[in-house]
Amino acid sequence: MALLTNRESAAAPRRSSRYSRDLIGIAVILVFAVLGYLLFPNNLALLTRITAIALLVLSLDLVTGYCGVATLGHAALFGAGAYAAGMAAVHGGITEPVSMVVIGALGGAAAGLISGLVILRAHGLPQLVLSIAIIHLFHEAANKASSWTGGSDGLSGIAPDPLLGLFAFDLWGRTAYVFGIVLLLAVFIVLRQLVRSPFGMLCRGIKEDPIRIRAMGGSVQATLIRMYVISGAVAGIGGALSAVSTQVVGLDSLSFTLSAESLVMLVLGGTGSLYGALIGTLAFMWFEDLVSAANPFHWLTMVGVLLIAVVLFAPRGLFGTASALAARLWKGRP
Amino acid sequence: MSPIFEVEKLKKSFGGLAVANDVSLSLASGDRVALIGPNGAGKTTFVNLVTGNLTPDCGVVRLGGATITHLDAMRRVRLGLVRSFQVTRLFQDMTPQEHIALAILQRDGRSGRMFGSFLAMPDVMSETNDHLSTLGLLELADRKVREIAYGQQRLLEIALALALHPKVLLLDEPAAGVPQSDTGRIEQALAQLPADLAVLMIEHDMDLVFRFASRVVVLAAGQIIFDGSPADVTRDAHVREAYLGSYANARSVT
Repeated sequence: MALLTNRESAAAPRRSSRYSRDLIGIAVILVFAVLGYLLFPNNLALLTRITAIALLVLSLDLVTGYCGVATLGHAALFGAGAYAAGMAAVHGGITEPVSMVVIGALGGAAAGLISGLVILRAHGLPQLVLSIAIIHLFHEAANKASSWTGGSDGLSGIAPDPLLGLFAFDLWGRTAYVFGIVLLLAVFIVLRQLVRSPFGMLCRGIKEDPIRIRAMGGSVQATLIRMYVISGAVAGIGGALSAVSTQVVGLDSLSFTLSAESLVMLVLGGTGSLYGALIGTLAFMWFEDLVSAANPFHWLTMVGVLLIAVVLFAPRGLFGTASALAARLWKGRP
Repeated sequence: MSPIFEVEKLKKSFGGLAVANDVSLSLASGDRVALIGPNGAGKTTFVNLVTGNLTPDCGVVRLGGATITHLDAMRRVRLGLVRSFQVTRLFQDMTPQEHIALAILQRDGRSGRMFGSFLAMPDVMSETNDHLSTLGLLELADRKVREIAYGQQRLLEIALALALHPKVLLLDEPAAGVPQSDTGRIEQALAQLPADLAVLMIEHDMDLVFRFASRVVVLAAGQIIFDGSPADVTRDAHVREAYLGSYANARSVT
């Protein structure tokens, strides 16, 4: 009995420290959001775009970072959410923003199910090739179905109602920005729960050794498909946010480029951690914006140099390397 | 006593090479059987065939009287046919505690739960700690597996199999790769296995085999050439020939 109480009291602080780490994470996101709002009031559109892409990168982290699935076609899930929300508004007359986001999440989840069923048939390089095929097929489907999607001109005429009937989507993008941050925070809190849950642990196990999971009686395929659907919903929310805030959906939201860039952002921040996904998105998009303004001719070169530097000197990504350093310093304390 | 685990006339060949040729074997609850044989005899193939990782050409596998030959590896595990691996297969970035908790959650069908950590599930935590303390791993509960010694990883491999509540346990060389000084701890763990569990152990270390097993099965070139008591196995002419070849015969003739 004494042993039992000891164990329980040992587990309790670990649990509470995990939750307090979550609270710190939420507080940091909020501080950055408020700082962004105050410091860059004329750049809220960019900040909202970063928020939407952050949702895509978080979604990619779920399948790549937590499950070890290699994909270069993840924008298919983001674009599906964006088009679902956009088409619901333009063709279905559903212009209430929260409903549009829900429809975007459903569209993303459906795309996640479809691409998961295809991509998870293979492993390694063939898996990567299948994912590239998927994004091209989605892109081409949206291009050809131009009466629904607007084709290469993009789907325009999305006019969302005021948020909750109170806050109109203004020219400065204030409402869209606040809406985006609220969505990001909500998704972040849900995903923190998810990755810590037994299901999240099962996914980490699959990433490390699927054969062992099978030897424990676990179903690898069914678990990965479920994660793909969840990932699709998250990316779909990002896509819907993009549709609501920019009021237009273009083919670029279903592009190979966006898929590859989201993978770059994830690797930059650090895979297998939600914080890594957020930091990678922020760092990449901020750096891109900075250098493209400073030097419009050579900015891509600079982005390339940054990536090489991170991969060579901080292979675990910005967050992974920083937290490893912090852990070492913590251990070295007297 | 009716057998809990039966293999009947199992056959498998790769190309022209028969790796399992009419292999029949049965185990009752509580049996401690060692499966031995020279390198390449088909011992690991046999484990892969009965656990569903390889499909036999013909033959039947039964667990608790029910035929399971048509079931996939996952379902066989859920019915209680559990194996360990010759080379440990553990999650390097996870802790022993997480390993055992995941096995328990998986066994109870709760591994798909999407909220709440196992740390907040008192029943899972107390069972996890029981399993870890039985094998002396409680102090390492929060370390990452890649930071703990190989002998301890071996013990964790056994704990993981036991947490799945098997009816039949197939141990593929549980002491492989462990320094001689640490095999005692593994042997102790094997001696502590639940009494009603049927265990089939593949092992090369004959001392360990003789101490552990009440019955020895010898496999050579895909065929069972001996099934009997440990005392008789060294005296059996077929076994001597399989292990030592004609050299033994030549010696015994002269």
